[in-house]
Amino acid sequence: MPLDNIVFWVFAPISIASAIGMLLVRNAVHAALFLIVNFFCLAVFYLLLDAPFLFAVQIVVYAGAIMVLFLFVIMLLGVDSGVPIHERLLVQRPLAFLLGAAFVVEMFLAIRAGVGFATKAPAVFTANEGGNTQAVAKILFTQYFFPFEVTSVLLLVAAIAAMVLAHRKARTVTQAEIDAAAGEPDTEEMPVYGAEAAP
Amino acid sequence: MIPTPALEFRPILPEILLCTFAIVGMLYEAFARRPDPVPHLAIAIVGIGPAAVTAYALWDWSGPSYVLGDTVAVDRFSVVSRFVLLGAAFVGCLYYTHYASRDPGSFRGEFYPLTLFATAGMTLITAANDLIVIFLALELLSLSLYVLTGITGRRRASEAAMKYFLLGAFSSAFFLYGVAMAYGAATSTKIVGVAAPGIVQALAGQTGSQALALLAMALLVVGFAFKVSAAPFHMWTPDVYQGAPTPVVAFMGAATKVAAFFALIRVFDVGLQPLTWDWTPVIYGLAVVSIVVGSVVAIAQRDVKRLLAYSSIAHAGFILTGLTAANSTGIGAAMFYLVAYAVVTLGAFGIVMLVSARGEEQTSLDAYAGLARRSPGLAALMTVFLLSLGGIPPTAGFIAKVTVFSAAIGAGNWPLAVVGVVASVVAAYFYVRVIVYMYMREPAEGIESDDGVMPRIAAGVLAAGIVVLGIFPGILTGILEPASIVRW
Amino acid sequence: MTGIDWVLLVGRVILVFVALLISVLLYIWMERKVIADFQTRTGPMRAGPRGVLVTFADGLKLFFKESISPTNADRPVYLLAPIIATIPAFLAFSVIPFGAPVVIFGRTVPLQLADLNIGVLWVLAMTSIGVYAVVLAGWSSGSNYPLLGAVRSTAQMVSYEVAMSLALVAVIMFSGHLKMSEIVAQQDKVWNVIPQFPAFVVYLICALAEVNRPPFDLAEAESELVAGFHTEYSGIRFALFYLGEYVNTVTVSAIAVTLFLGGWRGWWPFHGAAAWLGPVLWFVLKVTAVIYVYILVRGTLPRMRYDRLMNFGWKYLIPFGLFWVLATGAIVVLPDRYGHRRGAFMAVGIIVAVWLVMSLVKQLLESPRPAPASREGLAT
Repeated sequence: MPLDNIVFWVFAPISIASAIGMLLVRNAVHAALFLIVNFFCLAVFYLLLDAPFLFAVQIVVYAGAIMVLFLFVIMLLGVDSGVPIHERLLVQRPLAFLLGAAFVVEMFLAIRAGVGFATKAPAVFTANEGGNTQAVAKILFTQYFFPFEVTSVLLLVAAIAAMVLAHRKARTVTQAEIDAAAGEPDTEEMPVYGAEAAP
Repeated sequence: MIPTPALEFRPILPEILLCTFAIVGMLYEAFARRPDPVPHLAIAIVGIGPAAVTAYALWDWSGPSYVLGDTVAVDRFSVVSRFVLLGAAFVGCLYYTHYASRDPGSFRGEFYPLTLFATAGMTLITAANDLIVIFLALELLSLSLYVLTGITGRRRASEAAMKYFLLGAFSSAFFLYGVAMAYGAATSTKIVGVAAPGIVQALAGQTGSQALALLAMALLVVGFAFKVSAAPFHMWTPDVYQGAPTPVVAFMGAATKVAAFFALIRVFDVGLQPLTWDWTPVIYGLAVVSIVVGSVVAIAQRDVKRLLAYSSIAHAGFILTGLTAANSTGIGAAMFYLVAYAVVTLGAFGIVMLVSARGEEQTSLDAYAGLARRSPGLAALMTVFLLSLGGIPPTAGFIAKVTVFSAAIGAGNWPLAVVGVVASVVAAYFYVRVIVYMYMREPAEGIESDDGVMPRIAAGVLAAGIVVLGIFPGILTGILEPASIVRW
Repeated sequence: MTGIDWVLLVGRVILVFVALLISVLLYIWMERKVIADFQTRTGPMRAGPRGVLVTFADGLKLFFKESISPTNADRPVYLLAPIIATIPAFLAFSVIPFGAPVVIFGRTVPLQLADLNIGVLWVLAMTSIGVYAVVLAGWSSGSNYPLLGAVRSTAQMVSYEVAMSLALVAVIMFSGHLKMSEIVAQQDKVWNVIPQFPAFVVYLICALAEVNRPPFDLAEAESELVAGFHTEYSGIRFALFYLGEYVNTVTVSAIAVTLFLGGWRGWWPFHGAAAWLGPVLWFVLKVTAVIYVYILVRGTLPRMRYDRLMNFGWKYLIPFGLFWVLATGAIVVLPDRYGHRRGAFMAVGIIVAVWLVMSLVKQLLESPRPAPASREGLAT
């Protein structure tokens, strides 16, 4: 068995198990960790598909940046794992499972009919001539130059959006308020920071 | 070294201008000392005006039909949509300026840049010839709209923004999955390829299994149906329409529908043309469900914004009715309907904004009781818009309904037209009920009124347009006819 | 691959691993000695000649100590964190060439674990994983100080990672390669530190922040947070954090050497059988020099205040990094047409870099005064 296949059959079950684990665990941080494992497996799959550049980018961007920020938010907010979810429609859950399963079967059949499982898409090999990184650069800066530029606008909007939602106008404190606060005796109690955030 | 690709920027000059002035607006907001909507409005208009001029310059474009590496199409189809969208953005900004002066505490200068960004995304989506560009433009407009929905920071608005965002992200995932499948089926993301075969060429040349293409079609339908709020993907619509600030709803309700439908037309009527026999039944089904759900559920609504939301679902169904005819007649009918619908929506929500007064408390039907006595002008304008929404002559809504039904019948889909006509009769009930409230009820106590002049003028112009189009539809159809032939 | 290739590969793995461990032992000793010199102390003296074995002794002691885990801790994550702290640190080193290729058994063997096509990106990927150790350690300890330390240090590392990536991007653009060996080969005439001096400065500063070393060691500001994210760790698990931190220091220094200081290149009078030794010695010497600079910085500068740290990262380093990437693009592309102006670009870059360093010094030296802005911030 070639090395590729061994690696694939090691990582494919892990990726599926981690995805299922992410759905099933109650703790938000554990779920995030499962998701990170899943991203790693994806990165390895990119490697198997002769796309080392995507492998690195997947780790740097998803595992290294997005999920870290995700964990960061979970830590700061201390997501309560005990939120009860009221299910009003009892049929919803079994129906969702059924439709999800049907979708998986549909995907399986369609991909088998459309591309087939035995072959790698030949386009990948011709596209990767001269190195994967170079190939990505070439296609990004010629054929997909315009989408690449649109992405920059999209990121700008995302930044503005985050700012608009997060930024509240600072209230200017008057001197009178400061004097009033200075006159009050300090409260003896030590504030406990991050207590809510702790698990 | 990678050779520099040939770049032709003129076809996307409107988008470049919009983004540039959005950034100018952001910079102004960063350095402005006092919150003041007027300079913001000026900046936005300076962006929108030249964008319209540059869009007009593309009407008689003689260069290549597809530019920037075949990712952007240049045709009259996209010029028409640009005009409608820029108009919607202009009216939206005008409304918000009044909205902000009425309630200065909630003013956020970022409204204008975000509106311009959203408009850039919308105009781009109608010109895009690449599924990736369509996706990016879709995200561009969605992201801006999510934030615009929650821009006041009121509880209800934030809740609406959150719902919109979660469901919108979900539908984007479907769309993206569809793009992946389309690439799998055609090994291209271009709708029409010049340098290399695009989706339409690849699918037309295929003889084997089309399972992947069908799956792509199904997933793309889900993505688009969400954006145009066609049932059963309409869940977000009532909550968002009700919770969002009314100027945002006016802009969003009119422009999103136009943009998403134009993109849908390009993807399905051009890109998936080889699969026409497969996608028309899907569109047919969506149309029936949307018309029925929208018209029936709207009857139970007592909040005017919610009522208009359900009415927008029904209208999505009517537009889809026109699209079941996969030819230029159907496209032309849908385009006419979209233009009429955009104008009416902008006008109707302008009136809703004026009636709702500060804090947007007065959106229930009771606030409209006796409106004719309090401010007869507003009541008259609202009547025109409601009649047009109901499809009653002599308004543009009537002509629009007639064209989509005749397009559907022309394609042999007469049962759909029957459903549409019956639903229109049902829908007339709740539109007329609002008119009855305005003219035949006693005004309630403690209703605040709003004497904004600018929104009144804007709504008046829009109402005049509705009536003129209703009497002389030829003005618009003459323009739409050459535009409705989408090239490939 | 034949048996000999496998043997050579495994040999290199063991060599790198052991060499890194030993270097960490020595560098910790060196750091303590140099800092002691600064403070007119003698530093460790007892274990070994002039105390050189002190780290070894410390390690042994930690190894035999009891590992306590708090009752509040989230055990699986708590146990995972120190492992994550160590492994990426070693992995990042695997792409660094520490000597010229040598010929063994008739094969040319690069003195490098793996010459990946994506070398620099690999380094970035590994450093970005290193953040998890801090996040998870802080969260899973179930205690306030580690959590605060972790929150601080995550924000810091993520922010400075951006600027660091920008510095690396500039180098990649300049040399036109992602492969470490090619980047070293490209520096055969001029080291990158000269044309890419601004990127070098940005990289050095960010690397300090990346490995949580003074003056950016806010994650473990003793006076405020006890020991930061690893407060609750003891015994071998604490030793793993400690090890990871120093391996990281060695790794970032080695990256600085490889990307900016010509890697293993250097002048060497001997040829023939001993020729392989020269590059390795040069590499070690350069890495030691960079670490020495880091130790000097630690000995000289006080710890930065947190808001200033973030201000500096986002308002100076990242914009400057962006500017420099742009400038590097111009440097790479324009010489075809305007070759004679290359010097002018460099001059501008160096001036801005000097300004950058000055502003850092100014930030550090400025007397802390209650700015009206911060008061506003507190009021909301």
